[in-house]
Amino acid sequence: MTGQAINLENATIHYGNASICFDLAIATGAITALIGPSGAGKSTLLNLVAGFEQPESGKIFINGKDVSSKDPADRPISMVFQENNLFAHLDIETNVALGIRPRLSLTAQDRILVSTALSRVGLDGFEKRMPGTMSGGERSRVAIARALVRRKSILLLDEPFAALGPRLRGDMLELVRALQGELKMTVLLVTHQPEDAASLADNIVFLDQGSAVATGPADGFLDRIDIPGLIDYLGRRNEDVGTTPNH
Amino acid sequence: MLSRKQTYKSLAAGYCVLGGMAAVIGAAVFALLFSVSSNDEAALFNTYIWRVTRFTLLQATLSTLLSIAIALPLARALARRQQFVGRKWLLRLLAVPIGLPPIVAALGLIEIWGRQGLFNTGLQMIGVENPVSIYGLSGILIAHVFFNMPLATRLFIAQLERVPSEYWRNASQLNLGHWAVFRLIEWPYMRSHIAGIAGLVFMLCVTSFTLVLLLGGGPAATTIEVAIYQALRFDFDPQRAVALAMIQLLLTAALLLLLALINRAPNESPSLGQATMRFPGKGTGAIILDYGLIAAMAFFLVSPLVSIGVSGLMADMDRLLREPIVWRAIMTSLGIATCAAVLSVSLAMILVRARYGALPLVGRSRLATLFRPLASLAASLVLLVPPIVLGAGWFILLRRHVDVFSIAPVIVIIVNTLMALPFVIRVIEPAHTTHMARTGRLSASLGIHGMTRLMLVDWPGLRRAFLLATAFAMALSLGDLGAIALFGSQDVVTLPYLLLQRMGSYRTSDAAGLALLLGLVCLILMVIADRQGHGEKVERSA
Repeated sequence: MTGQAINLENATIHYGNASICFDLAIATGAITALIGPSGAGKSTLLNLVAGFEQPESGKIFINGKDVSSKDPADRPISMVFQENNLFAHLDIETNVALGIRPRLSLTAQDRILVSTALSRVGLDGFEKRMPGTMSGGERSRVAIARALVRRKSILLLDEPFAALGPRLRGDMLELVRALQGELKMTVLLVTHQPEDAASLADNIVFLDQGSAVATGPADGFLDRIDIPGLIDYLGRRNEDVGTTPNH
Repeated sequence: MLSRKQTYKSLAAGYCVLGGMAAVIGAAVFALLFSVSSNDEAALFNTYIWRVTRFTLLQATLSTLLSIAIALPLARALARRQQFVGRKWLLRLLAVPIGLPPIVAALGLIEIWGRQGLFNTGLQMIGVENPVSIYGLSGILIAHVFFNMPLATRLFIAQLERVPSEYWRNASQLNLGHWAVFRLIEWPYMRSHIAGIAGLVFMLCVTSFTLVLLLGGGPAATTIEVAIYQALRFDFDPQRAVALAMIQLLLTAALLLLLALINRAPNESPSLGQATMRFPGKGTGAIILDYGLIAAMAFFLVSPLVSIGVSGLMADMDRLLREPIVWRAIMTSLGIATCAAVLSVSLAMILVRARYGALPLVGRSRLATLFRPLASLAASLVLLVPPIVLGAGWFILLRRHVDVFSIAPVIVIIVNTLMALPFVIRVIEPAHTTHMARTGRLSASLGIHGMTRLMLVDWPGLRRAFLLATAFAMALSLGDLGAIALFGSQDVVTLPYLLLQRMGSYRTSDAAGLALLLGLVCLILMVIADRQGHGEKVERSA
């Protein structure tokens, strides 16, 4: 399961008067972070790639194939949402196993796969627990364990760790980094924390007002002064630019 | 989040349901329209019909004013007295009349407010000679207040519970008095919904049938609905029934239009009964007033229920349950109610799913854009044509072609199904929306669909709403006397119909026994639904 390329060609959606149009390529087998002010279209971009929204015009390619009209389940994608990642009435084992078999008839081998994935995210022995009895961080881990057993080449993360405390968030980002290094998936992450983007991602895409304004390597991206809107988004005054240390 | 195939399938199913509903309702309306022969139009709209119309509007206006006038202070008293023994039960009690068959309630009210009832005995003891009559206008008003005042109170309380708790903290810090709290906080929150709630109550009173049939007396206290029934079943005067039905249609259409203009559908918050942080009003006067009102209204609501229980238990149940016709009525009632409830919930589910599926396509596909307003329109269409009018239309349409009494069960099931539909949709749609927000994208991304999805995801998530809606639709159908009053006969007898017959032949003890039976079945249904919901909550929080 090596990563696959994602390309958006003028994928356009209208919301009332506002229009959102994406024309960009996401690097294969790397972690790309999407940053930008609220309403910039970060979640819409993920939803377009995942297939939860269809572009009114333009196309979306995965690995060179046009997937614009495919249902979410037919795309090689796992997605971790901000919340409601788990079915609250099913135990952890079942929730993870749904990633292997949506029809649910578990073999002994499947159970081993589920247990292995759970221990990979640090949740040994959680198989029979219910989601309601676990913390937000633990539930996010379960969602990642499920993404692991699905073995899809693209992983989308929609602010999955926004509600976690700093240390826990750091741990989760490290986990994502480690898994990506091992499995070489293409990872696309929406985050509200520019410093997370800088520390975790290989590349950063800055979105503003419904389009991708700039794309580049994460190193030094936040200090760039050639990107309109970025300084304003980061809340820095002009004279600070260049004097802040690298993130 | 539905896949493309699912979206189109659900839209197609939704349009089929809409088409079916339009056909059933349209046929009745056209039958009525075309049987008004033009030459005797003048004769149709005679003084009798105008008197009936006038009385319909008069009783509805008075009932609405009374219900709202009691509901406003009662809601305020209940909202600011958060802690007293039995508050939770009182709030539940307010929900009872909605599920109670009107005929059962009417019997209980007669026992309390009738000539030999508790109230008049009390009046005589303190020396008042002229008793209050339960028959005629006063009786109709008492019954309509019994049914609608609790509903309005619940809606007002829901409104007061929307007040943010910071308001109360601020009010107590600023040491605002009762009057200031009422004027600055409570009144603005309730005022915005008075028109909507009053409109709803007025609509219910204009189309009320059973209560007026039982408590109204003679031509002086007859509403349009009861007059339609009398014209069809007693006077064999279809022309008069048609004229009355047309007036009723115009009336409900005008009302629905007015309600749409008010455009604030009253909504009940799901948090009803949960204590919000609130500091009770101080002062002896306020305490006496609040608790006095609460106690009086609790007594008003409980006393008929108790009297149904007491006189029902005194009835000769043993003999009653040995009568074959009683068992036949029970079986017929349960059969009709089950069919109507299952049909109603299925149709509602199809409509709700299609509305949901159409949402992302709005603006892109004309069929989808059109569906959502059409589905809402269909729900109002059901309200536009009350059961009696719908029944009358089909009665007139079919009477020349088939024996209308032989197909009674089918007609009654259809009428009951449609009757319950708007309420069932109101239970299912919010639950479905929340459920899909929780699981829609997740299921779609994991590729869970078909039977697996139904068993694994949808049933556990929607079970509570389904059971609640089914129980509610069953209770509504079990207690309905409208359709069966038109189509009932010796061969097709339901519990309310049998109860009406026994009351008509003055077999009061039988009637009391049957009322207890019917009331208990409806109560059990509501409790089962409530339990199911409760069980789910416990499981969730575990």
